Amino acid sequence: MDIATQQEYPGLKDGEISTGTTIMAVQYDGGVIMGADSRTSTGTYVANRVSDKITSLHDHIYACRSGSAADTQAITDYVRYFLASHSVELGRLPLVKTAAKMARGLCYNNKDRLLAGMIIAGWDPVDGGTVYEIPLGGTMMKQKFAIGGSGSTYIYGHVDAAFKENMTKEEAQQFVRKAISHAMARDGSSGGVIRMVVIDKTGVSCEYIPGDQLPFGP
Amino acid sequence: MSSTGAGYDLSATTFSPDGKIFQVEYATKAVENSGTAMGVRCKDGVLLAVEKLLISKMLVAGSNRRVHGVSKHVGMAVAGLSADARQIVYRGRDEVAGYIENYGSQMPPSMLADRLAQYVHYFTLHGSLRPFGASVLVAGYDVELKKHELYVVEPSGVMYRYFGAAVGKGRQAAKTEMEKLKFDDMTCKEAMKQVCKILHVLHDEAKDKPFELEMSWVCEESGWKYQAVPQAQVKEAEEWAKESIESDEMDDDED
Amino acid sequence: MLCHSAAGPARGAGHATAAMDGTRQHTSQPIVTGTSVLGIKYKDGVMLAADTLASYGSLARYKNVERLKPVGECTLIGASGEYSDFQHIMETLEDYHQYDVNMDDGFERSPAEIYNLLRTIMYNRRNKFNPLWNYLLIAGCKKDGTAFLGSVDHIGTCYEDNILATGFGGHLALPILRKKWRPDLEEGEARALLEDCMRVLFYRDCRALNRIQIAKATAEGTVVSDAYKVDTEWSLASFSQPKAGQDTDGSW
Repeated sequence: MDIATQQEYPGLKDGEISTGTTIMAVQYDGGVIMGADSRTSTGTYVANRVSDKITSLHDHIYACRSGSAADTQAITDYVRYFLASHSVELGRLPLVKTAAKMARGLCYNNKDRLLAGMIIAGWDPVDGGTVYEIPLGGTMMKQKFAIGGSGSTYIYGHVDAAFKENMTKEEAQQFVRKAISHAMARDGSSGGVIRMVVIDKTGVSCEYIPGDQLPFGP
Repeated sequence: MSSTGAGYDLSATTFSPDGKIFQVEYATKAVENSGTAMGVRCKDGVLLAVEKLLISKMLVAGSNRRVHGVSKHVGMAVAGLSADARQIVYRGRDEVAGYIENYGSQMPPSMLADRLAQYVHYFTLHGSLRPFGASVLVAGYDVELKKHELYVVEPSGVMYRYFGAAVGKGRQAAKTEMEKLKFDDMTCKEAMKQVCKILHVLHDEAKDKPFELEMSWVCEESGWKYQAVPQAQVKEAEEWAKESIESDEMDDDED
Repeated sequence: MLCHSAAGPARGAGHATAAMDGTRQHTSQPIVTGTSVLGIKYKDGVMLAADTLASYGSLARYKNVERLKPVGECTLIGASGEYSDFQHIMETLEDYHQYDVNMDDGFERSPAEIYNLLRTIMYNRRNKFNPLWNYLLIAGCKKDGTAFLGSVDHIGTCYEDNILATGFGGHLALPILRKKWRPDLEEGEARALLEDCMRVLFYRDCRALNRIQIAKATAEGTVVSDAYKVDTEWSLASFSQPKAGQDTDGSW
């Protein structure tokens, strides 16, 4: 994340905090793994080095946030609220697709006012592990894996080469760790620790990799 | 006061001393005067059938329909005042379209039936409104649970899930006949014949107005899409039903 | 200006800003975009072609995206431009289609009617200074075999023709189509012609991909093909003997 200048991000107000970031999510055999760095900056100052950009939307659905911190927080707050009441009426776990559709609705209908790039991922009983990406204009794209944020531009080549379908959980974790550490090593706006969230049928587990134990150090 | 309500039947907002809402009961009466509508849940889908009474010989065939599509996987059969019923059908279509727009998936039939019940119930709560003189049968396929379901929404605003249901004039006779059959082991195609027969048996050709048979289904064969049963198949089932009734009568004569 | 690559990252936002005087600016540029769509009529109906790329600035971000979609039984839409707006348009059209299905009176909107509907939608939005940023081709075939091919752009301009192309295709594919097109093209010839055009576009359009889809609408209905790769040619002399030798003028 970073608090960017007007020149860097035309959609941000001067001094507004934005998530110049590395985020990603991968589908694997049985679930999804989401990952993010932990840096939030204002200009070139690291405003927060313990950020949590992987936000819970429901029991088995999370969002990775990039862009304006204020915008993405507002969006995830709405989606969390909508999903909560929806799942009560539905009487069962909501679909990841539904969470993505809600976020897409907000992003698309307010595209003139928002700077938000998000990855919505999770597990549901109908579609299993699922990843959706919602980039700037409010497009909704179902993906096998997704990367986002300023750091992602440095690792497109790597993830295209390294991604395999139907990875095991361990392989997928390895994939996320390696990709994000490389992005953090080259993107000034990404850094700190790697946070990871693993979501499958059984539930959610969170972990982090300290900044001095990254597979590829800065 | 010419009616039996003793003043407690002027509005749906007033209970009678023994706890009844007469306006709702009268609305139910409006449904009971209607041509019969039946719904059965078979092993491979849900079938809806309506005995559509024709008020005039000059009506255009196929007009004033009583089975309606609501979404890809849901349809309704209605009984009672068809103008009231139409309102419920339109509400159903709006609910379903809104659900897809907001949540990106097909609305489960259970939720649709519940929303419709809420809608219908609202009209029993206000002095400025009158309850719906219509019941609707909702046949649908739950895309997520991969289950097919049948619901009935009544004028009081309650909703029930059924294996087989009948509303309208012939409901009692229809229910008695339905209970004898095991629709759960039948395919929709097999059930179609039986349902046809039931509707023809309970239709009194001497007393009742002539009728058109309308049928629709949500079944495996249609890819779990809601659709009207093809006219040829309706005709085929009707012919079978008539023959079957005739042979039953002959058997009776022999006895 | 010739450019080997744009410097710096693609700046995303084409979004609007609220100025201090209370005026507002809506979408001023597309973000996730598809490039050319081609369409031709042929003997049995009409055929569309598009690649499966949705770009993010110069980044080839989504490489497996469908830009040719069926609407109802007899119409196809091909879209270039902002992909989120295309998704929105498809949702709108599906709503209209479900309405027709619910009526169950045997009526279905014809390709020409969908074309006119889209024209009004696009023109209405541009009059609100908030256009849907797409260039669309609408193709279809009625049961009697009459083919329809029309285009609508983001400000509501529309016209019909036997051959149409959006975006870069207008510059690179139309000249080829004009030369090679006949009204009595066989299905195979039509497909080959479109593949030739898509190949040229892949060579010469920086936002194009060699993974394409072809869709056809005939009296029997519509078919959208699976995505497949067009084969390409890389054995030209200029590849094997680059011109930047010592005794030449060099190359750009």
